[in-house]
Amino acid sequence: MQLNPAHKTIIKATATAVAMFAFVFWVMVPLYNVLCQVTGLNGKTDPNPYKTVPAAVDTSRTITVQFLATNNKGMNWDFKPSVHQVKVHPGEVGSLNFYVRNPSGKNMVGQAIPSVTPFEATDYLHKTECFCFTSQPLEGHEEKDMPLKIIVDQDLPKHINKLTLSYTLFDITEMNNKRTAAR
Amino acid sequence: MTDQTIGHVNDHDDSHADHGPPKGLMRWVLTTNHKDIGSMYMWFSFAMFLLGGAMAMVIRAELFQPGLQLVQPEFFNQMTTMHGLIMVFGAVMPAFVGLANWMIPMMIGAPDMALPRMNNWSFWILPFAFALLVSTLFMEGGGPNFGWTFYAPLSTDYAPPSTTFFIFAVHMMGVSSIMGAINVIATILNLRAPGMTLMKMPLFVWTWLITAYLLIAVMPVLAGVVTMMLMDIHFGTAFFNAGGGGDPVLFQHVFWFFGHPEVYIMILPAFGVVSQIIPAFSRKPLFGYTSMVYAVASIAFLSFIVWAHHMFTVGIPLVGEVFFMYATMLIAVPTGVKVFNWVATMFRGALTFETPMLFAVAFVVLFTIGGFSGLMLSIAPADFQYHDTYFVVAHFHYVLVPGAIFAIFAGVYYWLPKWTGHMYDAGLSKVHFWMSFIGMNLTFFPMHFVGLAGMPRRIPDYALQFADFNMIASIGGFMFGVTQLLFLFIVIKCVKGGPKAEAKPWEGAHGLEWMVPSPAPYHTFTTPPDVK
Repeated sequence: MQLNPAHKTIIKATATAVAMFAFVFWVMVPLYNVLCQVTGLNGKTDPNPYKTVPAAVDTSRTITVQFLATNNKGMNWDFKPSVHQVKVHPGEVGSLNFYVRNPSGKNMVGQAIPSVTPFEATDYLHKTECFCFTSQPLEGHEEKDMPLKIIVDQDLPKHINKLTLSYTLFDITEMNNKRTAAR
Repeated sequence: MTDQTIGHVNDHDDSHADHGPPKGLMRWVLTTNHKDIGSMYMWFSFAMFLLGGAMAMVIRAELFQPGLQLVQPEFFNQMTTMHGLIMVFGAVMPAFVGLANWMIPMMIGAPDMALPRMNNWSFWILPFAFALLVSTLFMEGGGPNFGWTFYAPLSTDYAPPSTTFFIFAVHMMGVSSIMGAINVIATILNLRAPGMTLMKMPLFVWTWLITAYLLIAVMPVLAGVVTMMLMDIHFGTAFFNAGGGGDPVLFQHVFWFFGHPEVYIMILPAFGVVSQIIPAFSRKPLFGYTSMVYAVASIAFLSFIVWAHHMFTVGIPLVGEVFFMYATMLIAVPTGVKVFNWVATMFRGALTFETPMLFAVAFVVLFTIGGFSGLMLSIAPADFQYHDTYFVVAHFHYVLVPGAIFAIFAGVYYWLPKWTGHMYDAGLSKVHFWMSFIGMNLTFFPMHFVGLAGMPRRIPDYALQFADFNMIASIGGFMFGVTQLLFLFIVIKCVKGGPKAEAKPWEGAHGLEWMVPSPAPYHTFTTPPDVK
């Protein structure tokens, strides 16, 4: 079949439209996630455990790390850190617990999402163990102490001496159900 | 027609060039004629303009005084959301597609659009899309109430159940726009009369060609972002839900990657209309034609790299703020070139102020005011103060009302004699202009002041100190609203009758559209004209 010039124009334009639709899902979304991870944009931390590298503890500096626990709208669990701040030297492991209790009679699933401020410190706060790496199913009235272990990187920019690690707890019970239903 | 242009093109088409359209309702349902479809687009957009305008009247009535008088806050939110959606997607965009349908084939000497049957389809999707959208107001939980920008998670986790219908309505509008844009591109690139080179095309055709490319680039992005919402709501994905590893800020990036080019989709054809009208009533050729074309192309390119200036306050790194601030300011350069060229066209011209020219001159002055408030907003540190205040509302209404809508009025008054074969009532049309001009400025100018003083947008109630300016804005709004019924009357009167219009009713006008009789015959340029 011979294509006349108008058909070629139409095919090109249609292909552009389809490509732009695909661009949203397969370029913009992954690109955004990569950008966030590389730059620490929005204080998003690495979702995987940090593999410790042996390094000397830098005792010349003391960093204060503060902890915040927030419930997202509609989440009714009790959620709080065992201590509100720890003072650590870079390279030293700090550990604490987050207490969580499901006061409702129902089985629920929670997910804690971490965020670090200031943004530029995001890549220097490592978590070797964190309850945020997985979702947390709790039966009705169940309570739990969830462990957290952190290391502040020796390369933390010199002007930063205080970090905030904030957790927001989301109720993902319904989303999990939808996901199961969609499969 | 000269001899050499007749030839192989002159075949089956003009066998029915002499008879008119079929009679009855089915003419409009089945039509593939660009003039019929153009008229339907214009009427549809005017109906949507009145509907969106009625919602604006509800908003202004509630804001006439502080306190809650007429409507509940929940309904007020639905009104602001629907007003925005209907005006953007139902009034402004279809009006320009209507002008494109009517004028592009006649301006480039083509017999019709390249894809007439798809043209019919892209129009007839719209009434269904908007019926679906408006029907959400009557559903349980009400219609969309999250603002026309539908930020997640307001539009996902906290949205009314009718949001799914809103999403499908947006999908349908997107399909319609993309098909319309493909049609415009295919027509302009392939159906120009011999001799009509790209750099001889009227500026309205140029601006529409570039707009059509913007449409096929970003309407799929809009479709993508609402599809992601749909999946988040129903299929348990977490694109915008932080609890599942997503990010609500991602929504804003994707939305504004569509949204910023979208604002140029609404204004570039307006630039085109004004660039036709100002030379005609200045009796001079357009100053700097080539620079106008390049300016439009530069604006279109820049529109893709400035989106984050809508989200300075969400927390982006300093380099991001600085980049998007300067990129945004850069747009003032090509826009300034255009404003300069329009003024230079008028400079020392033999000016007359018929109604199209009045609207076009008002466009240049008032759009520039909107551009300047845009420059103020582009300054990132200042934007932290202005963000989400009435200053933003004042800014975008100044670029859309006396920008896009005045240009549409100007275009209608310019080409109405060609469409109907009658001259309209010049006196009444000037009343329409002055009432619109005064009403519009009364409505939106005080919004700058209340915005700078800190009045937030999208609220049904406000602090007492904003009361006087809000009352002035409401009075102006009612005035502007009522005046548009006069416009309806003028157009109907002109369609029904009036003094006979000549083929070229404006002595200074140029272009192929003025070489066919008025009213334009059902089929024009079945043999291509000779373009010098």
